[in-house]
This record gives sequence, structure tokens and C-alpha cells, in this order.
Amino acid sequence: MYVAVKGGERAIDNAHRLLDHARRGDPAVPEITPAQIDEQLALAVDRVMAEGSLYDRDLAALAIKQSRGDLIEAIFLVRAFRTTLPRFGASEPVDSGAMRIERRVSATYKDLPGGQVLGPTFDYTHRLVDFALAAGVSPPEPATAGQGEAIDAPHVTGLLDDEGLIEVNPGAQADHPVGDLTREPLEFPAGRDLRLQNLARGDEGFLLALGYSTQRGFGRTHPFVGEIRFGEVEVAFTPEELGFPVSLGRVALTECEMVTQFAGTAEVAPQFTRGYGLVFGQSERKAMSMALVDRALRTREFGEDVVAPAQDEEFVLSHSDNVQATGFVEHLKLPHYVDFQAELGLVRQLRREHAERAAAKASDAAAHREAAE
Amino acid sequence: MSAALSTTLSAGFERPVFDAQAVFRCVMMAMARPGLIRTLTVAVKPPGRMAPAAAALALAMCDFESPVWLDDALAADPAVAEFLRFHTGAPIVADPRKASFAFLADGAEMPPLDCFALGSPEYPDRSTTLVIGVDWIDTESGWRLAGPGVNGQTRFSAGPLPHDFLGRLSDNRGLFPRGVDLVFVHGDRVAAIPRSTVVEK
Amino acid sequence: MVMQLNARRTDDTVARQHLMATAAVATLDELEQAVARLGRPACQDLRAPEIGLVMLRGRMGGDGAPFNMGEATVTRAAVRLETGEVGMSYLLGRDPSRARLAAVIDAVWLRDSALVETVFLDPVQARMEADRREAAARSAATRVDFFTLVRGED
Repeated sequence: MYVAVKGGERAIDNAHRLLDHARRGDPAVPEITPAQIDEQLALAVDRVMAEGSLYDRDLAALAIKQSRGDLIEAIFLVRAFRTTLPRFGASEPVDSGAMRIERRVSATYKDLPGGQVLGPTFDYTHRLVDFALAAGVSPPEPATAGQGEAIDAPHVTGLLDDEGLIEVNPGAQADHPVGDLTREPLEFPAGRDLRLQNLARGDEGFLLALGYSTQRGFGRTHPFVGEIRFGEVEVAFTPEELGFPVSLGRVALTECEMVTQFAGTAEVAPQFTRGYGLVFGQSERKAMSMALVDRALRTREFGEDVVAPAQDEEFVLSHSDNVQATGFVEHLKLPHYVDFQAELGLVRQLRREHAERAAAKASDAAAHREAAE
Repeated sequence: MSAALSTTLSAGFERPVFDAQAVFRCVMMAMARPGLIRTLTVAVKPPGRMAPAAAALALAMCDFESPVWLDDALAADPAVAEFLRFHTGAPIVADPRKASFAFLADGAEMPPLDCFALGSPEYPDRSTTLVIGVDWIDTESGWRLAGPGVNGQTRFSAGPLPHDFLGRLSDNRGLFPRGVDLVFVHGDRVAAIPRSTVVEK
Repeated sequence: MVMQLNARRTDDTVARQHLMATAAVATLDELEQAVARLGRPACQDLRAPEIGLVMLRGRMGGDGAPFNMGEATVTRAAVRLETGEVGMSYLLGRDPSRARLAAVIDAVWLRDSALVETVFLDPVQARMEADRREAAARSAATRVDFFTLVRGED
């Protein structure tokens, strides 16, 4: 039960002033700007955009500054901000096949059309702390190759598709509106569209743990990374008053196509199945985890038994959102004085009754003994 | 090249947030007090035969998720659809059953009420709100209104409307909690008969 | 039936899409310079710059049924020149200044497309193409060939 409390306004104001002071830190150290966060902590910005479910680099960078680097707090700020804006509509689905590739790797084919492009990656670094960075260094100019020809990189799974070795992606259903969990409350069972939307904004750590659990045997899916790609795609939107699509600009996305457990029946020859991840910004960990969990959740389609947490759609979808989760966990620290007084009263009463029963039992026993003697 | 259509495109709200709020409040009060006439303080100059109050209501209430249906009188002038598309982003639909809002300038020729979305028992809100432009609204004489929001009884008449309109309203009331809600507009004046209102001769 | 503002021939729609796409990603400097070179035409705000959201959609598996992946901030504007043309803009981000300038450029393009191509479209396209080539050349330098090593004998 919630009971309103009042008072403490000055203390709250002063606490917020103290927070502002703590945020700024030592004034002898130059103040950080959102532009610096955007440019130099770009992956933090990516995470806040992805889980804040709002693509806006400047806003995410400012939110990170305001939250003192607490990314879940920053995500909360972004989610709150989006509720203040009207929605103009929905974009045309982005074409990830036409992405301007900055990175693209496959673990299933070493030679593939478009090639393997490592791009800016932590892979193959030695994870040794670079003390030179502390002093500030200008990195060397990046190497270049060729004349800047566009990298034409069709989806790798197309290679399997041609042979019928992998399931065909489900096509759009006419008259089936695309589910949107920001408009309608989530109901179970949820369609794959709603599951993917939920996962795309879900907590990276939660999805990582769930994805990992499937690898360790809690709902095994036998995954291979068909392909991971990162780069920019164009966003097109059709304003009602124009009646034709216009390009709004480009957004950076990470996409992961997981090739998973093959399945077959008496009617259908064995085929690989798929798990899919698509995330704002550059985050392979998130895109891969999303793809693993997407596949794990497809139990109904493949007649698989739900035996592990990652396969339990209600469990996964109800607990993936870190703003919801932090709200419910952290609300416990807010005043619960009346609730607790009620519990306190109850426990006191139960203890009293317990003591009375014990005393009665003791006097009964004593009486019994006396009678026996 | 033709910029003809665009040169006639009328402006929307002068102060989008405050104007939309004022219109919303006015329509809310009209719905809450069936048969009572309220006057909009927000001026919009719509194209064609669209009443200013109807246009203001559209700008305040419609967006890309609320499909709009126009009667023949309004559809005849392409500037009306252009105005609504530009200012609200609402799709204009040909099937009245798909409409969240229906705007009519010719009440006498209106189709039966059950041509519109009537909602479902689970979601009675998924029904059409009809905004009907009329030549007069009167509270001195006419039908007797009763029900939620009416203190006892009130009188109301508007027109021109189909000769059997009272019967149509009665059938609509019979569908409750399903059914359409009606808003009558004349110039900058607004009055409503929601589905919950009992209307008698 | 969809009616279009300033609807002309369909090939003009393609050209306008190209113009609007360029204006959506041009920098504030580029837009300001272009509008200055177009003589800062007088115009009226038909829709003052407005910030809102567009829900971005992806496709299951990359090419399957659509799903909602998250929103993006978008700014739009519409202006009308004294000669009647209505220019519009829609662009990612929260940037009323860029949105209004982009709408002005769109409006002038409807009146004199050749002029806008020279003053705005061609130079901005050239800059964008140079940027794209530079990024692509840098990515290409990280292209890798993996060799599979033979396991065991023969």
C-alpha cells in the first residue's frame, strides 16, 4: 500500500544541489561537454540510445552527463523525454542489406561476397591497459585501401537460402499491424515482432546472461554467427501530406544473424533455423545476445519444450526492461513507514499470542506434572 | 509546375499546444454535458465546406493513428483532405468502418450510423466519432435529452439531418456500450450527443 | 488515392526525394550558405519547426516481416514562399534551424530546380560523396582474409 508523505522539501532541494555539485566534481578539472561524450564515449551513447529506445546521439550524451555516467539513469531520462514528443508515424523498414558497411564478419564462411571487414573493433586487442592514453595521444591516421568503392555485401544467410538449407524469414502479413509495446500493453503469448521490439530495448546485461545460459545448456540452440554487420542505413518515412517516402538521414545499427539448430519433420527436410538481433549503434554483444534469445524464445514455432529461463517468454519479456526493473527494485528505498508499522504491529501481536500459547502450554504441563505426582 | 494546391493550404493553429488544449477541453465539456452548446475561442480558417469548429476539432484530436473519413460534400473539395493530411498526418480512408473520426458537411445525406466503426464489447472505444456540420443548433426546442451528464432533461435540435434521425439515435443507444458518438458543429459552436444519451421526441 | 502537395510528374517526385534527402543530412553551414546564395527568399511558416518522433522499423532476419526497433527524434518544418510554393523538410535529430532552412531550399527548388542544383545539391552531394569514399577506404583497409590451417597430417 502506498501512503503519501510530506515534508523534507528543503532537504530534497539541498540534496539535489549537492548532487549538482558532486556531478561537476573538482572545478580544477575541465567540465566535460556532451559533444566530448558523443565523440569519445560513443559506445556509452550507443547503449543509452539502444536501451532508451530513442535514436538521438546529442540527447543520449547529455543524459549521460546529467546522470554522472549512470547509464540506466541516463536511459531513464531518455525514456522520460520521449514521452513529451508527438509521434509523426513509423518509418519504412530499414534495408540492412544496403548498409554502408563499417564492419562485417562471418564465423560460418571465410570467403564471402563483400569479404570480411574488421572495422573499428576491440577484437584481437590484448586487453592491456594503454597508459599512453592517460597522457593524451593523437592516434595515427587510419590506413586506407582502394578508391572508396562501396562495399556490396549481401546477407550471408542468402548463400544458405539459395540451397534451401535455412528457413525462410517470415514475410509481412497483410492486415497484421506491426505490434508496438509502447502503445498496447504486452500480452502473452507475444508475436515475434513484439519480442524483437522488447529485446531491442532490453538490458544488455540481462540479455547477455540469458544468451550465455543457452550456450551453457539451459535451452541450447547450437548457434553459429552467420554474420555480424555494423554501419549506417538510410531511414525513409512517408509523410501523409506528401504521399511519397522521404529520407530522414542515416542511423548506425549493429545486426547479427545467428544460424542455429537445424530442425526437420517428416514433411520438411532438415533446415537451419535463425535468431536475429538488431540494435541501435555499435554493440555486437547486445546484437548477438538478442539473436540468441530471439531463437531461444521461438519454442512454439519449432515445438520445443520450454525447459530453461531463456525460452520462457513471460519471464524474459517481463524482466528485460531495466527502467521497469530499476523502478521496482529501487522503489523499496522510498518511505514505507506505514506499511512497516502495520507489519510491526502484526509481528508484535503474533509474538504476544505465541508467548501466551507457550505460557499456557507451560502451565498445562506443570499442572499435568503436579497431577501425576 | 503547379503550386496551385499549396497556395490555398490554410494555416493551422497559431499556438499549437495551447490551442489544441483549449479545443480539447471544449470538446470534452461538450461530451460531458450532452446537448449543451459550447463556443470555441480558437479560430481556424478551413477550406471548402468544413466548419471552423470541425477543423479545430480535427487539428486537436487527429493524428497518424486516427484514420479520417469524409462525406461526399467534404471529399468533393481536395483542399479539405490536403488540409487534414498536412496538419494532422491522419490517413483519409474510404471505408467509414475504419475511421476514428468522420467529418460530414451534409448531415441530411449522411449514411446510417452502423456504417461506421461501432467498437467491440472488449474495446467500445474503438468506434467512430462523427463530427457533423449543421446549419443550426438549438437548445430552446426539439428532442428531449436525458442520461449521464444531463441534469434531468434538456432540449436539443440540429439540422438538417435525415428525417428518421431520431430512430437512428435510438438504435445507436441500444448498442451501448458500443456505438458512435456524435458532435454537431455550426461555425465555432459545438454540441455533442454521446452514445450514452437517451434521445426522445 | 493519394494527393500530393506540389504534385508534378513522377520523375519530379524522384528528383524531389533526392533533394529532400540531401537537405536532411546537409550541415547547418551548408544550408545557411545555400539559402544566402538563393537570396534569402521571403517566406511564411506554414508549420513552424516541430520536433517529434518516428518509430524506426527493421525486418525479422533482415528481410522478413517488419518489427518496431525503437524511435528516433525527427524535426520537420514547412514554409510557403510569397510566390506560393510550399517547401517541406523532415530530418533526423532535434534541429529547428536546419529543418527550416531545408524547407526553404525545398520551396525554392519547386520554383527553380536548376538554380538549387547548382547552389546546393551539387556541392553538398560532392562533399557527401568524398566523406563516403573516405570512410569506405578506411573500412576497406581492414578487410581480412582468413586461412584455414590444415589439421594433422595430409
